[in-house]
Amino acid sequence: MAAAFDEMKGHDGDEVRPAYSELARWLKEVPADVLDYRRREAELIFRRIGITFAVYGEADATERLIPFDVIPRIMSGSEWRLLEKGLTQRVTALNMFIKDVYGAREILKAGVVPEDLVFRNPAFRPEMNGQRVPHDIYVHIAGIDIIRVDAETFYVLEDNARTPSGVSYMLENREIMMRLFPELFSRHRIAPVENYPDELLRSLKSVAPLSTPREPTVVLLTPGVFNSAYYEHSFLADKLGVELVEGRDLFVKDEIVYMRTTQGPQRVDVIYRRVDDDFIDPLTFRPDSILGVPGLMSAYTAGNVTLANAVGTGIADDKAVYSFMPAIVKFYLGEEPLLKNVPTWRCREEEHLKYVLDHLPELVVKEVHGSGGYGMLIGPTASKIAIEQFRAKLKADPTNFIAQPTLALSTSPTCVEEGVAPRHVDLRPFVLTGSNGVRIVPGGLTRVAMKKGSLVVNSSQGGGTKDTWVLDG
Amino acid sequence: MLSRTADNLYWLSRYVERAEYLARILDATQRLSALPLAYVGASNEWESAVLTAGCANSFFKLYDEANEENVTDYLAFSTANASSIRSCFEAARHNARAVRTALTMEMWDAINGTWLELKRYGNGPTSREEMSRFLRWVQESSLRYDGSAYRTMLRSDAYWFSRLGVYMERADNTARILDVKYHLLLPDNERVGGPLDYFQWAAILRSVSALTAYHWVYRDSLKPWLVADLLILKDELPRSLSSCYEAIVRNLDQISGAYGRQGPAQRQARGLRTRLQNSKMDGIFQRGLHEFISEFITENNRLGGAITEQFLI
Repeated sequence: MAAAFDEMKGHDGDEVRPAYSELARWLKEVPADVLDYRRREAELIFRRIGITFAVYGEADATERLIPFDVIPRIMSGSEWRLLEKGLTQRVTALNMFIKDVYGAREILKAGVVPEDLVFRNPAFRPEMNGQRVPHDIYVHIAGIDIIRVDAETFYVLEDNARTPSGVSYMLENREIMMRLFPELFSRHRIAPVENYPDELLRSLKSVAPLSTPREPTVVLLTPGVFNSAYYEHSFLADKLGVELVEGRDLFVKDEIVYMRTTQGPQRVDVIYRRVDDDFIDPLTFRPDSILGVPGLMSAYTAGNVTLANAVGTGIADDKAVYSFMPAIVKFYLGEEPLLKNVPTWRCREEEHLKYVLDHLPELVVKEVHGSGGYGMLIGPTASKIAIEQFRAKLKADPTNFIAQPTLALSTSPTCVEEGVAPRHVDLRPFVLTGSNGVRIVPGGLTRVAMKKGSLVVNSSQGGGTKDTWVLDG
Repeated sequence: MLSRTADNLYWLSRYVERAEYLARILDATQRLSALPLAYVGASNEWESAVLTAGCANSFFKLYDEANEENVTDYLAFSTANASSIRSCFEAARHNARAVRTALTMEMWDAINGTWLELKRYGNGPTSREEMSRFLRWVQESSLRYDGSAYRTMLRSDAYWFSRLGVYMERADNTARILDVKYHLLLPDNERVGGPLDYFQWAAILRSVSALTAYHWVYRDSLKPWLVADLLILKDELPRSLSSCYEAIVRNLDQISGAYGRQGPAQRQARGLRTRLQNSKMDGIFQRGLHEFISEFITENNRLGGAITEQFLI
């Protein structure tokens, strides 16, 4: 694996890249203990506001903080514009693909994506066959994970077309940075992110059922306080000015969704749901779900309520489907994809599997439906025993896995115990799609692997976050 | 607003109010039990504290007798007691988290800060000094929550439901003290006039933070029937039954004004308020103080049910 590209110092490390020039100067001026002091101050603020998350499977840690790094990750305006175009293209194609899969199925007929990969996929929802959704938009909110390997090259790592989270950190990180480092802000011109909730609300209202006669009523559906992203749900509902509802607050009568209010039932038109497909309606999906609303699917398929994101978008999150994204973009838009895909071996195909088994120590192997960094093998850092154990798992069920080369994620200066040092980062911009077009707030959530050499940035695995700056020009 | 949100706000206020009340009972009991027996008689003050806290049944399932140690633990720190100060603060924080969007930043800060601080007290203070600091802290936390609600909330249904919780809980608490101690307040107790009951009366007043107020209202030494008058009928005292009902009716009226319709809860509350307004202490004593209080507690519970029925589910 080659040395990683550093966001501040590039490949060779002797020259500071222009976007980082002010920050580099400031880092030289500021005493180390000041950084450390501000870091602790930030932690106190996070704890006080209650910006916490839960890690599943840890008994004693019902509420934990995600480590916050006080050194921002910076992108120039031109870098951002490149990304913005690529993201818009990608999400446009994603929406067309999902519409096609549940509609005319042209891409399957053309043999671009294998049929069985779609129809035998657990994330495929036959209930959606032949269903139109308002304005043909399925993925209203996408959180596309981007990694960078050099000055020009960005890869899409995951599309996250179901219920991506993390946007509250993008917003809160900025607020806290402005509070802690006003002097840094006075030295830069940074594109704002604070308008994200307004843009989101606008997108959500724009996709209300066509028959909605009045100003649409939007709600945010959460699984409840015990969900790991509950803070984010309440934060967003607050910023959007919409009710934060749980399944039990809603009911369906005559295929219309209502919420229970102090003034009696009130009709609901758009549900920004942060509950997975499996749990939204016990009558259609998992009957044991207590998080959902019985009959919701009947109201949905009758066209009386919009769900954002739509049901069945998980098909695009499948990592084997992901490997076809360049072809998908070309098929629907007739354009070359602007953002690269990480080369992917599909273990369901015999030749690919053979290659993967022969090269396990140098590859990253993931479950096709996995997320959050669970259940994956990182060859270069795994022990021999772990690799052999994984080999057995892989052989037992090859269709469940894909493999990718271990990419050198770029690094960014990060405040750690031994001072300021480079750590690997990725970027999750949030892409909004409404009937009024695609919108992306400049920036996103930068996740950082706090451990030296680690490539795993997931918060469930000890990763932290940074504020992400997009500069003018 | 969502019924569940209103319900959470209502109970959030009740929990905080209850925690404060428990702290005041413990404080008053500590004072009484520290007095020489010649001043207070041989009654068990700790048992009476459990009674006024309204959890005698569950307490005596765990303990054979009430003493300072087990009552303090049960009312303040026990996790087995769903109404201990700790449980109240934990439930309040849980509710607050569930309805964060309906709280102002200041209210959240007050509740979350209290909850974080609570951990510092662990399983309870080790000395009396620490204990009294704890009790003061509980009361300050409640004041801070109440104050931030009063000063920062929008005057809309969320605010009215939260106030409703405060006054329903308060009315219930004051009525409970009266229910346990009514025998000390009967007029013929005057004959004793000895120090024995004097300190009991003072303790009752202290439990509803009305000791100073008593002197300002009556400009007289402590007389049991005046104590009863203050706690039941005096609108001026924020914890009197009458004052609580004035506030309950006012908040219910605000809600029905905003919603443009009346309901059973308003009618019931107004009925009870009118009865309190038309009562005189003489009449209450004649018909029986205890009967009056018992009836009030039943009515107050019924109103709680009506509010839930009409708005919260």
